[in-house]
Formats: sequence, structure tokens, C-alpha cells
Amino acid sequence: MNFDYTEEQNMLKDSVARFVQDQYDFEARCKVAALEEGYSADNWKTFAELGWLSIPFAEEHGGFGGNVVDTMLLMEELGKGLVLEPFLATVVLFGGLLSRGAADQQQYIGSVIEGSLQGAFAYAERQSRFNLNDVATQAIANGDGYRLNGEKIVVLNGAVADKLIVSARTSGSQLDSAGISLFLVDANAKGVARQGYRMMDGQKVANILLQDVEVTSADLVGELDQGLALMQSVISEATVAVGAEAVGIMDKLQATTVEYTKTREQFGVAIGSFQALQHRMVEMFMACEQTRSLLYRAACSQSADQAQADRDVLALKVMVGRAGKLVGDEAFQLHGGIGMTDELDVGHYVKRLMMINTLFGDADFSQQRFAELAG
Amino acid sequence: MDTTFSAEDLAFRDEVRAFLTEAYDDDLKARLADKATYKEAQIEWQRRVNAKGWAAPGWPAEYGGCSWSATQSFIYENERSAAGAPDMLPFGLKMVAPVIYTFGNDEQKQRFLPRILNSDDWWCQGYSEPGAGSDLASLKTRAEVDGDDYIVNGAKIWTSYAQYADWIFCLVRTDSSGKKQDGISFLLIDMKTPGIKVNPIIGIDNRHTLNEVEFNNVRVPKANLIGEQDKGWTYAKALLAHERTAIAGVAASKKELAEIREIAGRELSGGIALSSDPLFQKNLTDIEIELMALEYTELRVLAKAASGAHPGPESSLLKIKGTEIQQALQKLRLDVAGHYAGIQTEEAVGNEYADKARVDYMYGRAATVYGGSNEVQKNIIAKFVLGLK
Repeated sequence: MNFDYTEEQNMLKDSVARFVQDQYDFEARCKVAALEEGYSADNWKTFAELGWLSIPFAEEHGGFGGNVVDTMLLMEELGKGLVLEPFLATVVLFGGLLSRGAADQQQYIGSVIEGSLQGAFAYAERQSRFNLNDVATQAIANGDGYRLNGEKIVVLNGAVADKLIVSARTSGSQLDSAGISLFLVDANAKGVARQGYRMMDGQKVANILLQDVEVTSADLVGELDQGLALMQSVISEATVAVGAEAVGIMDKLQATTVEYTKTREQFGVAIGSFQALQHRMVEMFMACEQTRSLLYRAACSQSADQAQADRDVLALKVMVGRAGKLVGDEAFQLHGGIGMTDELDVGHYVKRLMMINTLFGDADFSQQRFAELAG
Repeated sequence: MDTTFSAEDLAFRDEVRAFLTEAYDDDLKARLADKATYKEAQIEWQRRVNAKGWAAPGWPAEYGGCSWSATQSFIYENERSAAGAPDMLPFGLKMVAPVIYTFGNDEQKQRFLPRILNSDDWWCQGYSEPGAGSDLASLKTRAEVDGDDYIVNGAKIWTSYAQYADWIFCLVRTDSSGKKQDGISFLLIDMKTPGIKVNPIIGIDNRHTLNEVEFNNVRVPKANLIGEQDKGWTYAKALLAHERTAIAGVAASKKELAEIREIAGRELSGGIALSSDPLFQKNLTDIEIELMALEYTELRVLAKAASGAHPGPESSLLKIKGTEIQQALQKLRLDVAGHYAGIQTEEAVGNEYADKARVDYMYGRAATVYGGSNEVQKNIIAKFVLGLK
């Protein structure tokens, strides 16, 4: 048993940390957030050149052949810089589904790795909340292919993606687990209408209307009617990835807050000398460490049996939601008035944590599923 | 990063299971549960474990430790707890022994360590005093030099199991001229020495675990001083981190959580198993998720310790979270007991798990106080981890 990183992993971690330190300070990040696309094409090119976009892909697809720990390291460091570039949407979600697709679809992995293709995974619907099985979008057989009709909401990177993977119902009723299929859809195909907008953490998302969009059976990702398992599997990986991002953010908030209380003086002394505040910061510290422990647990159990791995990922998601809220609230409280300002980075970190909570199922939803799996 | 068990680890797990099946038998279980036979049974249990060579896995190998990897320690603790077998009492093995083998002289090591391993001596801890709790260094029990002896006067309090003890390790004041942390010495005292009086304290659990120990002109040979006179605080501090790590009780809490879940599956509320009640599930999984995290926090600390580092301020985190989880579990067991929550009788009245609910809950209030209160632990983290002055 060990919790050490390999030499290669340490190099990766250092490389991402250096990028964040040198090229992604808060000012630079604000400039990126102001761009129409919601990310910087130059930075994306840098990611490609540094090989980061290849990390989770298998060597046979031209990837680095990395594992869950490699992605975890990268995401944690990106979290510390609140990096907006759509690694999660394009590489982890879209790329993760491509990897599970047919050879024809896997050929796009090369373009993802070289940074020339942006992707998005469109699964959430207005009525679905966090239930992946709740799919009202219809895919009706039409000759050799299918015709898609429906609406997807809050699609990460959906406004700028070149290609989408869309969940749609090919059989059964709206809430059935079986009968969901995934389709690779060109974002500019006839009948695709996108409404791009911002979330409070700066990321660019879209609602996507599908009206008589025609796809062929070659665009089917995975088996017909068996899409749910694929979605669950890739979202499980993505949950560990955002868990790592959250841990990076929480550590950053904790460290920033402790530093602030060492310099901020009231009543003639640094406010960090007050025991009432010290104990609150210890609670922040413990919340960070406990969340990191569940991150390691989830990362380590990805190779263990499925039921255990699912519970570990859900436990992580619950903790990210609850401990993340504690750390965010305390960061605000201990910063006092200045914490309320947009010009300080604290609020931006907290808003990203809040968005991570609702991503893929919030703490309450995840805890309910966790309890159900306990039997 | 890897926590999978190797083939050797799995073989070790099988060996532990086989040992527990044989050594922790029904007869011993019954005798441990009976107040009248508890002391002898606890001693016998430790002797069985010691015969296997596993009484003190954490000690250096030259004194009888096992040189287990972090994984092996983890496996042993989990298997032992899952089997319901009690832990060794910590006072000798985990508290005084590390001080003796780290700071004691050769004669003391030879004299005390083998007897601690085999539970030939029952030890208790003489730290807290009526006027010195969280502010332990303000202790006043005096030891004055008289020829080759010290003469000890004063009182210790909250001393668990002093009524059974053969020996007590004490912090005593040998100099009061300087800083309160200076001038404290670490003494080993034979409980049979004239002038020692043990006064029982009945706890809120209605049991006799705690005591006050009085010292009236108790003569202690200088040979029983550990290390140098006036340097005892340094030795005690080194020991406290071991104590805190031991208090976390992760494996025991896992066992308790599984038991509560099982009981809630049998308890009916409105004709439906309590375990399917959403509020119960929320309460249980709140604790379970914190516990799953703490298990890995402990593994991270163990893995660090296995690479040679001493338990540091992070052991305070284990103590705080571990005791919070224990108390939350005690509350949950009490809630599950319903009408039976307060039963205080050894007669069969229709519920076999609720007496434990009351006893554990009431005695369990001490967990956030002993071993350095959780607030003191937070002070330690604030100062030594976060660097707050």
C-alpha cells in the first residue's frame, strides 16, 4: 500500500502546476473568462503540445495510456488555477465516450489529442434533474438511421463543440433504464440549434434543441438501447476528475484564508490569533483532508469490484458537496467584507465549487444513491 | 498510488482469521463480558495474542514488535474488529512502553517490556489531576528527592482501571522554579507501595472505570525515573501522539456501524424496517461517509509512518474526527433502541443491544475530552499545521 506518485506522475503534476503559476494567474484567468468561446485557443494548443490532452487515451489510440491517478493529478492542479479550458468536457466526457465507441468513432480521438476537435456530451434535460435514465429525447428509426428530436440543457462546452454525443431514447418509456442510446452528432448538422450562455463560474454552456436531426446507424456510440451503462461509466470517471478539481480548489481556499488571517489586523493584532477563528480554519483543514482521503479512496478502488467502486465515487461526491460548502462558507466569513468583492479571487473559487456540487448529481442526490447501494 | 492487497497480504489475512477463530473462543468471549471475570479474561486474551507474537505490532522488532507493513496493520485491525475481539489495553502497550523503549535505560527495558507484552503487569496512566486537565503542564503532584528515593505527594484523577493496576506511570513535579513545562519528571510507581489510595469514581454510565489515586508520602526508587529528572514533559509529549492515533478507533467504528445497520434492519417502525427510513439512512450515511474518509486518512498516516516518519500533528485530526464519529454512532445506536434506550438492568427485558447503547453513549462522552480535549487538538493543528500564532 502506498499513496506515492510515480516519477512520471510527479513530472506531470509539476508541469501543470508550472503552467498555472506562470500563465494562469487570476488576472490571466479573468481575460480567458471574457473570451466569447469561454476558453483560450492558445492555451488549448499549449495543452495539446504538452501532451495533456492525450493522458486518458489508450496508446493504441495515440494516447498516453494514463490511468485515473494521472487524470486526478492534472485536474487537481487545474482546479488550483480555476482553469476554464474544457478538459473535462472534451477529453474526459466526450473523449471517454469515443474510447468506448466503434473504430469509426475512435478515429476522432486523434483530433482531440492534437487539440483540433472540441466535443461535448449532451445528456441532461429540463425534467431529468440528475437522473441519467430520465430521457425524453427521441431517436426514431428512419431507414438506415435515426431521426432525433428533443432538447438538452446546460451542456458543458456545448456552445463551441464541433461534435456532440447525445443521449436519446430508442425504446421503452421515459424513465426506463434500457432503451437509451448514444449518438455522435455533428454540432452543425441540420436541425441542431444551440443557445450558448454562461454559468456563474465563467464556463460556457448551451441548451441544444434537436429538431429532426438525421444520423446514421454508424453514428451509434456503443450498443443500441444499452447507452445507460456507458453514460454511468464515463460519468463515474468524470466524477473522480471533478472531485480532484474540487480538492485543488478547497486546498487553495484554505491556504488563502489562513494567509489572509495572518496579515489582516483588527483590534491591534492579526485576526488569525483569535482562537474562535483558528478553530474554524481547523475545520476547513479537516474538511480538505477528509475530502482528499475520499478522492484517493475512489481513485484506488476504480480497479476493485464495481459495487464498491460506485459507493466510493458517490461518497466522494457527497463529501465534495458538503465539505466544499463548509470550506467556501468559511472562506467568505473569514475574509469578511473583502470576501464579498468580485475583484478578489475567493468568490470565484467558491462559485466553481458550487457548480461542481450540482454537476452529475448534488450531495443529496448522491447520498440517496449511496444509501440505496448499501442495501 | 495503490491500495490493492498483494498475495502475501491475502495470505496474512487468512492467517489472522485463522488465529482469531481459534484464540477468541466462546468461553473467552463470555468471560470478557462478565464483570466478575473481565480482568482475568482480558489478561488471558493478551497472553494468547502475545504467544502468537502479535501483542505489540508497532514496537521496534528488537523489543518484540512485528515490523508489519501499513497494509498488515490495517488488515489486522480490521479483522480483529470484525471478529468482535477486544483491543489490547493501551496503557502498557501503547502508552508507557514507547516511552520506556525510547527514553528508558537498558535495565528498565529488560525489567518492564517483556512483562508489558505478556500482560504480567496491569498499567494505568497518572497524568490528569484535580487541578490539571487540558492544562496538563500545571500539574502539582510533587516528587522530592530523599536519598536514593523520591517521596511523592499529591493526587491523580480520571485514572481508568486503577483499581486493577499493578503499576502507574506518572508525571510529577520535581522543580517548580521555572516554566511549568520544565521541572516535570516521568516516574513508574508500583501500586502496592504504601501511601497509595485508590478512590473509585462511579461514572455517568453507572460503572466503575474511573478513579482518583492519592499519594501520601509514597517512596519511589530513583531507578524508576525515566530518562532525566525534569525532562518528563518532552517524553510525555512524544507519547501523546501515539495515544491520539490509538484513540481514532476506525476499525471499531466500522464494526459498530455494520452492527447498527444490521439492528436497524430488524427493528420495525410502522411495520417497516427502520433501515429503510430516509432520515435514518441520512443519519447513518452521514457517519459512514466521514468514516470511509477517516479510514483513508488513517491509511495515509500509516503509510507515512511506515516510511519512518513519527506520528505528528495529523494524529490530532484522527483523534478529533475519530471521536466525533464514535459519538455520532453512539447516538444512532441509542436512537435505534427506541423505548429501550435507557435500560439499566442485567435482567432480560426484551432487548439485547440497548444496555450497550446506554453504556457506550454515556461513557463515550469522555472521548472528546480525554487524550487532550478536541479543542486542545484544534489548537495543536492551528499552531503546528496552519502556522497560526
